Amino acid sequence: MANLIEIKGVTHAYRTKAGPLPVLSDLNLAIPEGEFAAVVGPSGCGKSTLTRLIAGLMRPDLGEVWLHGEPVRSPRKTVGMAFQNPVMLEWRTILQNVILPLEIVAPRMPQRQREDRAMKLLDLVGLKGFEGKRPSELSGGMRQRASLCRAIVHKPEVLIMDEPFGALDAFTREDLWQTMRDLRAKEPFTCVLITHDLRESVFLGDQVFVLSGRPATTQHVLDVDLPADRTLDILFTPQVADMLHLLRDQIQIAQGRVPGAAAAGGH
Amino acid sequence: MLQKIAVPVLAILGFLGFWEFIVWVNGWPNYKMASPSDLPAAYVRFAPLFLEMGWQTLWRTVAGLVVAVVAGTALGMAMGFSRIARDALYPLLVGFNAIPKATLVPVIALLFIGQHDFNTVLMAFLISFFPIAVSVGIGLSTLEPEYRDILRALGASRVTIFWKIALPKTLPEFFGALKVSVTLAFIGTNLVEIVSPHGRGLGALFKSGETNGDYPLMFAVLIALAVLGIVLYYAVVALERIFAGWAERPQG
Ligand SMILES: Nc1ncnc2c1ncn2[C@@H]1O[C@H](COP(=O)(O)OP(=O)(O)OP(=O)(O)O)[C@@H](O)[C@H]1O
Ligand SMILES: [Mg+2]
Repeated sequence: MANLIEIKGVTHAYRTKAGPLPVLSDLNLAIPEGEFAAVVGPSGCGKSTLTRLIAGLMRPDLGEVWLHGEPVRSPRKTVGMAFQNPVMLEWRTILQNVILPLEIVAPRMPQRQREDRAMKLLDLVGLKGFEGKRPSELSGGMRQRASLCRAIVHKPEVLIMDEPFGALDAFTREDLWQTMRDLRAKEPFTCVLITHDLRESVFLGDQVFVLSGRPATTQHVLDVDLPADRTLDILFTPQVADMLHLLRDQIQIAQGRVPGAAAAGGH
Repeated sequence: MLQKIAVPVLAILGFLGFWEFIVWVNGWPNYKMASPSDLPAAYVRFAPLFLEMGWQTLWRTVAGLVVAVVAGTALGMAMGFSRIARDALYPLLVGFNAIPKATLVPVIALLFIGQHDFNTVLMAFLISFFPIAVSVGIGLSTLEPEYRDILRALGASRVTIFWKIALPKTLPEFFGALKVSVTLAFIGTNLVEIVSPHGRGLGALFKSGETNGDYPLMFAVLIALAVLGIVLYYAVVALERIFAGWAERPQG
């Protein structure tokens, strides 16, 4: 399968008052069309920066981001984004919030058609009946579900999510993993998910990319060889335990520690 | 609902009673301090003048405020979107705002001699645009990046982002500023009306009461001004309910 996203030798530094802060250094990664890529890495290593580069919100100092065989120079309509903060517009109803991208991407689409599309997605994520509510009337998990619908309402090629479930409690988070899995079965998209949760990266990802500490580069790639219709139970299998163990070691290396040392010291 | 009307009405009646009592206890004559019971007579005698002058004050205040909203929003947008504009405009605006506006009255009067309507509207504008400019500027420059990014990632233009997100999101702050501005504009209008020779409006009516030593008339004007001020303020509150009512959280 062809790669939908290719990141080739991307190097980027922020200009700060204290001088340039190198954030990404010769970072390479490739994501095949339709695949789900989870990206993990130490805090502050440059994961959010990577999402902004893929979305075309910023251009790297060096290297290129390729989307569908074309270099990304500016934002494009075929991207959807979701963040830890659901970013709901309080003056709009849930339905109107979900429709928002269509107003930009498909200005001529009849309102009826937009609403039908949004309603279908709201139904898929279990928000049927809440379309007329204001965001402030919904729980955090429900707002995040609506935010997911908004991110894919215009059928983007790429869905970019930056710690979308980071602020949710553990049970709600697992609910949303399953929602995400089911959405993918019905709405094909390529996905880049930034996360701090290793179990999340394995449950949702086809591949897990481990980034090194800042300036970040691709330190390790794990192929998650699990069926697409995996259930939460799979998280308790030895196979997944091995993957989590490996990822945890990799994160410790990325943090500049000796893998296993912390665990050994704890006994 | 009943309480919402009854409480303020009772408070006002209490205030009038207290005023009447103070004047009565001190035995002040009318040329020192009028009492509320003197006022109805003044209103009846000058009813057509009150309507005419009240209208003058009202439309000029509103006109000045409308100009302030347009110009203040434009300045706020410039400051909110551009760092350079912010750095350039802030000290100028703060400095201008610090000038007591009474000192500008003779300047304006000399610049535009005899243009009473124009001068009044101009003063109402000058005195009231500052809070609007600042609130819009701050509202726009503190917009969380994610709000911008969800639309920018789709290639939306700055104008679109402004209309769809930045503007509605700053409306609560905007109306907060407008409540301050409406009172300021009202003060600006009256300032010019009182100071200008041959002026019109409630301010001029106050001046004529002063010239003729008609204390009940002067106090009647003051009360009329207070009432008009309240009306203007609550008109803004009503607009706020309509356009930014979503920002009001249901109270626990
Ligand atoms: N606009 C900016 N200007 C200057 N420095 C920035 C900017 N944005 C991020 N940084 C810095 O760049 C580094 C990487 O930031 P980034 O947000 O990409 O990290 P992250 O991996 O997403 O972190 P986290 O895990 O905490 O979300 C951080 O040290 C941050 O302080
Ligand atoms: Mg981040």
